[in-house]
Amino acid sequence: MPKYKVTYIEDGGKAHTVEVAEGWSLMEGAVKHLVPGIDADCGGACSCATCQVYVAPEWQAKLPPRSEMEETMLDFAPDVRPNSRLSCQLRMSAELDGIVLMLPKTQHA
Amino acid sequence: MPESVVIIGAGQAGAQAVQSLRAEGFDGPITMVGDEAYPPYQRPPLSKAYLLGTFERPRLFLKADSYYAETGCELLLGTSAKAIHRAERTVELSDGRKLAYDKLLLTTGARVRKLKCPGADLPGIHYLKTIADVDGLQEAFQPGKRIAIVGGGYIGLEVAAVGAKRGLDVTVFEAMDRLMARAVSPQLSSFYAAEHEKAGVKLKLRTGVEAFEGNGKVERIIAGGQRYDTDIVLVGIGVVPCDELATHAGLASEDGIVVDQNARTGDPHIWAAGDCTRHVGREGHSLRLECVQNAIDQAKHAALAMVGKHKTYSEVPWFWSDQYDLKLQIAGLARPSDRLVLRGDPASRKFAVFHLRDGAVAAVEAVNAAPEYLMGKKWVGEGKKIAPQMLADTSVPMKQMA
Repeated sequence: MPKYKVTYIEDGGKAHTVEVAEGWSLMEGAVKHLVPGIDADCGGACSCATCQVYVAPEWQAKLPPRSEMEETMLDFAPDVRPNSRLSCQLRMSAELDGIVLMLPKTQHA
Repeated sequence: MPESVVIIGAGQAGAQAVQSLRAEGFDGPITMVGDEAYPPYQRPPLSKAYLLGTFERPRLFLKADSYYAETGCELLLGTSAKAIHRAERTVELSDGRKLAYDKLLLTTGARVRKLKCPGADLPGIHYLKTIADVDGLQEAFQPGKRIAIVGGGYIGLEVAAVGAKRGLDVTVFEAMDRLMARAVSPQLSSFYAAEHEKAGVKLKLRTGVEAFEGNGKVERIIAGGQRYDTDIVLVGIGVVPCDELATHAGLASEDGIVVDQNARTGDPHIWAAGDCTRHVGREGHSLRLECVQNAIDQAKHAALAMVGKHKTYSEVPWFWSDQYDLKLQIAGLARPSDRLVLRGDPASRKFAVFHLRDGAVAAVEAVNAAPEYLMGKKWVGEGKKIAPQMLADTSVPMKQMA
């Protein structure tokens, strides 16, 4: 399976660039490489809203729109912004190679 | 010499403890012992997407393969712990080795409860707890096959949903008079029964299993005095905590290793977390939780306590189940005496049942209703009082009730 690069930037500014396999979620990419700042307690079942990321502006248009479920879960996450997404709902693809995601200060309100 | 931590049990709680210990600055050696062949993985997808074949095995693992080496955690897999020698602070392993510890964490989990009726040992009778269990079931789990599922709880019903989707002929046998009786309200049981029947699943309630028959493999199930032909049997009748290691070492267990609100056992050097434990919950009752939430949160508290930071464990329990396109999310622990308030119309397949106790939200069960679940979970934590008529009024969005 091809792998593509994702850069996660912690709230404090520290960047982590890791490789994520095509089809995996951007939450999995962070969790499996121990990027701090994404808890993902439910493992990607869209049940906990603890994998929020902020998508760098130039990448936003390349992502599919939020589903209704994601939208409603985000309503209850802390410090939600227009570029907030739940990273468990974003799938890695060639088009997203190099995507930059910023992490919130906390995932728990 | 820095202190050393030994973790017995390589599951969700064990993996969380490693992560939390490092996050809390613990820099001594960690050794994690697991009796399965695999490093820690997520169990929830096993009875859902993994069985369906839409979630590949590598994705089950909680961490990248390189993680344990990188973080300085030695993994001893395919190895079980035989005994804890508390006086000398060592753990004796199945390979004869002895591991010395300064701090020991037991995350031994739970094992499936087995049927003991006649024929229960026949080949073709499956249980579901591990990757190996699902892989063993997979070969027979094919379109057109008949599967008899014993137990109408989360596992049984998730497998029923996957089976129906895959084109198997599914029958569920449940001894109680409703589905998921231990876990959800009667309203939810009825709703899910109708959904399963709509999908073609046959439900046999109040029907206990008496025996299995077959020549060399299971061919028939006898339940409620009747015989049913079947190709496969899947049993999902609950789990029992793996507490023998602890009890043999003289640690207290009451259907679960007894721990305090910092996840510590009666031995100041030994903690326990996850499905194997029993603790006094936030409502003051002794309880044993079998869920990801407890594995994660209790392991976090154990890790904190191990580095000398004590925080009382009082998180709200939460659970989920995926059946068909229905996402069930539950927060809090309901009681039969709770006042139930329905919000939304079950016919729309999007609704929630709130449980009020003394006027305060004690639990919420939400079906395809994330706002109700998330707000409800917050309210359970706060003990929020709210008027039933307001809760039931869907014209007022959840967010506006905050």
